[in-house]
Amino acid sequence: MDQLFNRKYIVQGLFIVIAIILLAKLFYIQIISDKAFLSAESNVLKKKYKYPARGAILDRNGKVIVQNEPVYDLMVIPNEVKPFDTLSLATALDITTDDVRKNLRKARAKSNYQSTPFVKQISVQSYARLQEIMYRFPGFSTQDRTIRHYPDSVAGQLFGYVKEVSNDDIEKSEGYYKPGDYKGKSGLERSYEEVLRGERGVINTVYDAKNTPQGSYANGKYDINAVSGERLISGIDIRIQKLGEELMLNKVGAIVAIEPATGEILAMISSPGYDPNLLVGRDQGNNYMNLIGNPYRPSLVRPIQGSYPPGSSFKPIDALIGLQEGVIDPNTTFNCPGYYMAGNHKVKCEHVDGNISMRKGIARSCNTYFCHVFQNLITRNGMKNQRQTYQDWRDKVAKFGFGSKLDVDIPFERPGYFYNADHYDKVYGKRWGYTTVISQAIGQGEITATPLQIANAMAIIANRGYYLKPHLIKAIGDKNQVKKEYIKKNYVGIDAKHFEPVIDGMQDAVNSGWGTAVLSRIPNIIMCGKTGTVQNPHGKNHSVFIGFAPRDNPKIAIAVIVENAGYGSIYAAPIASYMVEKYITGQVTGSRAAGVEWMKKQNLLPAIIDKTKKVKLTKTDSLNIKKTDSIKRIKDSLILKPGITSKSVVLKPIQSKPALVNNKPETNQK
Amino acid sequence: MIQQQGNRFFFNVDWITVLIYIALCSIGFINIYASIYNPDKAAAGFDFGSSYGKQLIYVITGLILGLSILLFDGRLFNVFAPFIYGITLILLVIVLFVGRNVGGNQAWIPLGSFRLQPSEFAKFGTALLLARYVSTFNPKFRDIKSIFIAAIIVLAPLMLIMLQPDTGSALVFLAFMFPMYREGLSGYFLLIFLGMIVLFIADFLVPTYILILILVTVGGLFIYANKRKQKIIISTVLVTLVAVGYLFLVKIAYTKVLEPHQRTRIELMLGLKTDNKGAGYNVIQSQIAIGSGQATGRGFLQGTQTKYGYVPEQSTDFIFSTIGEEWGFAGCTVVIGLYIFLLLRLINLAERQRSTFSRVYGYSVACILFFHVFINIGMTIGIIPVIGIPLPLISYGGSSLWSFTILLFIFLKLDSNRMGFI
Ligand SMILES: [Zn+2]
Repeated sequence: MDQLFNRKYIVQGLFIVIAIILLAKLFYIQIISDKAFLSAESNVLKKKYKYPARGAILDRNGKVIVQNEPVYDLMVIPNEVKPFDTLSLATALDITTDDVRKNLRKARAKSNYQSTPFVKQISVQSYARLQEIMYRFPGFSTQDRTIRHYPDSVAGQLFGYVKEVSNDDIEKSEGYYKPGDYKGKSGLERSYEEVLRGERGVINTVYDAKNTPQGSYANGKYDINAVSGERLISGIDIRIQKLGEELMLNKVGAIVAIEPATGEILAMISSPGYDPNLLVGRDQGNNYMNLIGNPYRPSLVRPIQGSYPPGSSFKPIDALIGLQEGVIDPNTTFNCPGYYMAGNHKVKCEHVDGNISMRKGIARSCNTYFCHVFQNLITRNGMKNQRQTYQDWRDKVAKFGFGSKLDVDIPFERPGYFYNADHYDKVYGKRWGYTTVISQAIGQGEITATPLQIANAMAIIANRGYYLKPHLIKAIGDKNQVKKEYIKKNYVGIDAKHFEPVIDGMQDAVNSGWGTAVLSRIPNIIMCGKTGTVQNPHGKNHSVFIGFAPRDNPKIAIAVIVENAGYGSIYAAPIASYMVEKYITGQVTGSRAAGVEWMKKQNLLPAIIDKTKKVKLTKTDSLNIKKTDSIKRIKDSLILKPGITSKSVVLKPIQSKPALVNNKPETNQK
Repeated sequence: MIQQQGNRFFFNVDWITVLIYIALCSIGFINIYASIYNPDKAAAGFDFGSSYGKQLIYVITGLILGLSILLFDGRLFNVFAPFIYGITLILLVIVLFVGRNVGGNQAWIPLGSFRLQPSEFAKFGTALLLARYVSTFNPKFRDIKSIFIAAIIVLAPLMLIMLQPDTGSALVFLAFMFPMYREGLSGYFLLIFLGMIVLFIADFLVPTYILILILVTVGGLFIYANKRKQKIIISTVLVTLVAVGYLFLVKIAYTKVLEPHQRTRIELMLGLKTDNKGAGYNVIQSQIAIGSGQATGRGFLQGTQTKYGYVPEQSTDFIFSTIGEEWGFAGCTVVIGLYIFLLLRLINLAERQRSTFSRVYGYSVACILFFHVFINIGMTIGIIPVIGIPLPLISYGGSSLWSFTILLFIFLKLDSNRMGFI
């Protein structure tokens, strides 16, 4: 064609030259050189993994609450096993010869060529015995690693547990996890997995054709040292965590204590709890199944998964929003004839106080007072605009953290529910107003909260208007890194000045003669609080107390919920007071110490009845709201919702049956 | 009627190329099987869910795809070239936004269970448009304008791929220099390109001031030898200045533009660094595997290095290490021989085309394949930095296999039409 045709030869020549270069280099590395890389004979590199120790966790005072213990796994590479003395291996391991054969079969099924666990976590004695006779068992080797140990045996649900990765984990991790790795599956172990796990190390060893180790490869140049996981510092005070779990022994419920100034969680008790050490070691599987099968559901993390109506503990928030919106002032009084009439149904009160002030209304937990506040709030823009005003009120309450997750640093938190206007539209159409939803006024309506949310609301009052995201871990690693989101103040839109009058009422509740929790007064510490008795459609009411202390510069905000325990003042309030006293002073003193012991002995576990029986709604005593049919409809549909509401059907107590302890108030305090 | 037409076209197809294609695909399948072969589960039978099972499906569908391309009217490729090019550009933009991040770059568009890698398909889109441009305007590349237009055609997809960032796939687009060279682009461009690579490498091995000294000395001597010819003096001064500037640019680009992992790879390849925990690990392990193959290899499924995950990305970018370990130098020679035979044949086929469109396209196909083969094998034996691009027709993966199939079979179709007009 043209002279450019000749360029074909240049291109083709280039192809050939490059091919020759590639072949020359291949010739060199495959045929000439045998020193630069592993000799081509039949040497093989084998990797042995070095497992890192997981990071330790300390409590707020520097005490180790999660640590590691060395254990040894006996590993086997089945195709390297020569006929051996089954009996002496079995003896060294304290297992039967049948077990030896069975385990070997299992290992074969897993992999013939790779190192697979033969017996996991052998005892120190077995390990010592084995070391002397290992040479007689080619194909077997020991692998050291560490497992978790929880010295205080508390807070199982918070710490969570660690387990060997599943195939699913391995696939999802896109190559990070390998069989034999461990991984946090719940609680802190799960949410901080990436900092706790550390980095796996590798030792490369050269083996010759006869499979005898020839020493480390390239003087360990390609070996990687295992790097331990990061240390975490928790906000938990293990002393009150422990006290709390003891106080809640044989009771169903939750305690959450928060340091208001920082949002650090001081204690988080989910009762019934379990010893986290049960989920470590060889019995993990069995113990786990037992926990799952336990009818009191210890695997439930009640502080973040339980959902309870906030009940009377909701009243301070009513007061705050009322003050902020100007529908009441601290001196506003309402007349309490012992009930409040919402349209033609009655909300009962525990007392007949006549004209009652806000301060006393809070201290005495007056339903009438707060129904009036709610009425004023919802109708302040006129009767016609109630729907919109309700929604506005709902959004203001939501700022306190209700109705959505607080995003605490352990997994599976639930948001609780909190009806907005749309929800009511669905139930009532357009025809609803403050009388229809009056039970919201006393925290008993279409609202549920987790104990964490309730404690957080208390921290907001203690801080006079803001909260920091509640969290269990305050610092990560040697540099004590703090997550940014944990130092941000979240304001709730209530001016600081409105808090004092409300706090006055809460102070009276615990410290004045007419309060609802005066029996839980702490010597020398002004605790402000509020009792609550939460209606439980399935049985005895839940006992609730929320509070904080001391009044000035509060150090602790707390919420206590004891299911099926009756009035808040009988169980929840004293439990809270013991926790607070122990946290602030280091001990519970005087006659109150005996109260602690008494409390620990109380058994309030509801009797377990057959799940197949129908739930019988029981009329409750303290707050008797006459429900319209439509309210009943919602309540029934709520019961069908997933979550504690439906689950607690299983735990339903038998009314007044002997399994329960005597709940009479007189027995409580001296 | 259609059947008849089909027969006529099939008769003209270069079956030798098809046979080499099938041979390479089979080699790929066998070695993917070997590289994920687990001696423990050998008895399990054929598993369509595994990589080799999927690869078999890719090969079969690829073959069907290739054969159906032969049924097209060859003129369509010319007519639709701008359209195909436009679509691949759009896909390259889309992938930047919806791309699934695999191994640090946004290369894949997830389509259900299948993932589309637009950078693979951009190759034939670009080849088609370049061929169309050259065949329509017959530019000869003597003037700046035609070089500029051709450069835009090639650089647009290249830049988009750099943004992913997928340096390896982008580099392949430099292969289009060769078809341009064949159509008249001055050989100096290739020399300059070569010079740039040499200077780039030299810049790391020799202190910059010594290099400048050498450049200036050489330039000076050259001027001295040609002191009568003003034109040469001026161009020599310019070239020397540009070269010195380039040296500094390389240093700056190296520290500012390249990612740390890319720097490490270059330093490892040049032997400036011996830290082999991370980036060097792949190459070391790959070379151990290949080196242990010796003359005839360990035999099929007998490789030990390439099992148990010593060589990462075993079935994709590092498949050649399995070939090296299990089939030895003999096997490597066969594979490289097959590639070279294919490349030389493609060039010969391209030269027998009557239409410029087919010739340019043929050159593009050959040179893209050449870049892939050279970079990939060079990487596994440590003469090129680790650049993750697949070994054509052998590496595991549907996108890659299909795009090479389309690339090749479009050319076979054009070739079977060579007597007609396109
Ligand atoms: Zn009252």
